Amino acid sequence: MSKEKIIRVMVAKPGLDGHDRGAKVIARALRDAGMEVIYTGLRQTPEQIVTAALQEDVDALLLSILSGAHNHLFPKITQLLRERGGEDILVIGGGVIPPDDIPGLKNAGIKEIFGPGTSTETIAHYIKENVR
Amino acid sequence: MLLQHILFLFPGHPAIFDAMDLVNGALKGNIRDIARLISVVENELPEATKAMQEIFPHTGKAYTVGFTGPPGAGKSTLVDKVTVHLCAQEKKVGIVAIDPSSPFTGGALLGDRIRMRDIATENGVFIRSVSTRGCMGGLSQAAGDIAKILDAAGKDFVLIETVGVGQDEVDIFKTADTSVLVLMPGAGDDIQSIKAGIMEIADIFVVNKADREGADALVTSIRQMLDLNPKPSPWRPPIMKTVAVLDQGVEELIVAINEHREFLVRNGLLAVRRKERIKAEIIRLVERRVAKIIQQQIRQNGRFEALIEKVVAREEDPYSCIERIVGPLEEVKS
Repeated sequence: MSKEKIIRVMVAKPGLDGHDRGAKVIARALRDAGMEVIYTGLRQTPEQIVTAALQEDVDALLLSILSGAHNHLFPKITQLLRERGGEDILVIGGGVIPPDDIPGLKNAGIKEIFGPGTSTETIAHYIKENVR
Repeated sequence: MLLQHILFLFPGHPAIFDAMDLVNGALKGNIRDIARLISVVENELPEATKAMQEIFPHTGKAYTVGFTGPPGAGKSTLVDKVTVHLCAQEKKVGIVAIDPSSPFTGGALLGDRIRMRDIATENGVFIRSVSTRGCMGGLSQAAGDIAKILDAAGKDFVLIETVGVGQDEVDIFKTADTSVLVLMPGAGDDIQSIKAGIMEIADIFVVNKADREGADALVTSIRQMLDLNPKPSPWRPPIMKTVAVLDQGVEELIVAINEHREFLVRNGLLAVRRKERIKAEIIRLVERRVAKIIQQQIRQNGRFEALIEKVVAREEDPYSCIERIVGPLEEVKS
């Protein structure tokens, strides 16, 4: 009765920047890679993102941020996930993230950061290799 | 705690979860457990049947409302606003929001949540985005079971939003207690409204985006369609005008939904509908199971390929081919 598991991911835009072209490109590419992609739209609070990720039982959560608020918002999201039993969700960051910030974010539980120029194949491959 | 440790050691095996733990958690309303249980059922994992057997006795309490209609009519926004009002009445609401899957990759972009921000963090609201996974008819294979899980988890209302439908996707009618058809002005002439199919299943019509030109004309053409009905039914579907983004007409819509519910209960029709639903579901499950058995048998012995070659070569025709496959099964029954 069992089928091959379909990977579910959520693409979320925390923070206040209004640019989701990149997020949409990723969402579309992951859809084309055979995943179910939940997109929640712009300007989501960490609370909204974590609630949605838990209800949707996603395998991976992709956060895109261009406003520079990543050092505040990314760790807030991983912390909320831990508090609410979602620590097993693979959290990936993208957008404009200065290299110096990456170690700190990884320490906070962001598994990988993909900057501008990353091919969508790379991201899809990474997700397939690393989801539970 | 031990389970957590095992999971940590074997992260590749989510199925190691005891489905019964998920059921117990879901029945208590635990969000994570509800979500995981839904995944178990959606993915048809081996423990799905057992889990649904445990869930079933706890179902039948929630009232199920289906929202269907063409893409862009405003179904998600309407569901969002309806839920806001239901929450204000301290109702718990589960939402199953269905979007189409790709026929090529099986992937899907599920975007109904974009319009459901007002309720995203509302306590007591659980939203699940669901892909059709290739299922035709406007719903997904698992939609009915997901609705049951939300019912068992203590929701007062379960709202099911179908994919954007055309004219013939009427499965929602077989799943919901009340079916709401959401339309918008400016989409076709009045002959559209007398076609068969989706226009016949609505318990309530909604003309959304009613601040746009053509709304009154659409209301008139629906009304005329209803007037043409040769066998007037005791329930005449009301036509509600809404502007969902502005929250106009939504309260009235909820009143209409409640009136329909009371009508069904008063006339014993809710029980009739639910009985029909159970019957249809059992038939559907039997068909699936039997189809699976046949497919397995066909594939196993390799005879099927040989038969196809014969048909291609015109040595055999497709109809006697069917006889060869199904004939032996019919003998078994007698």
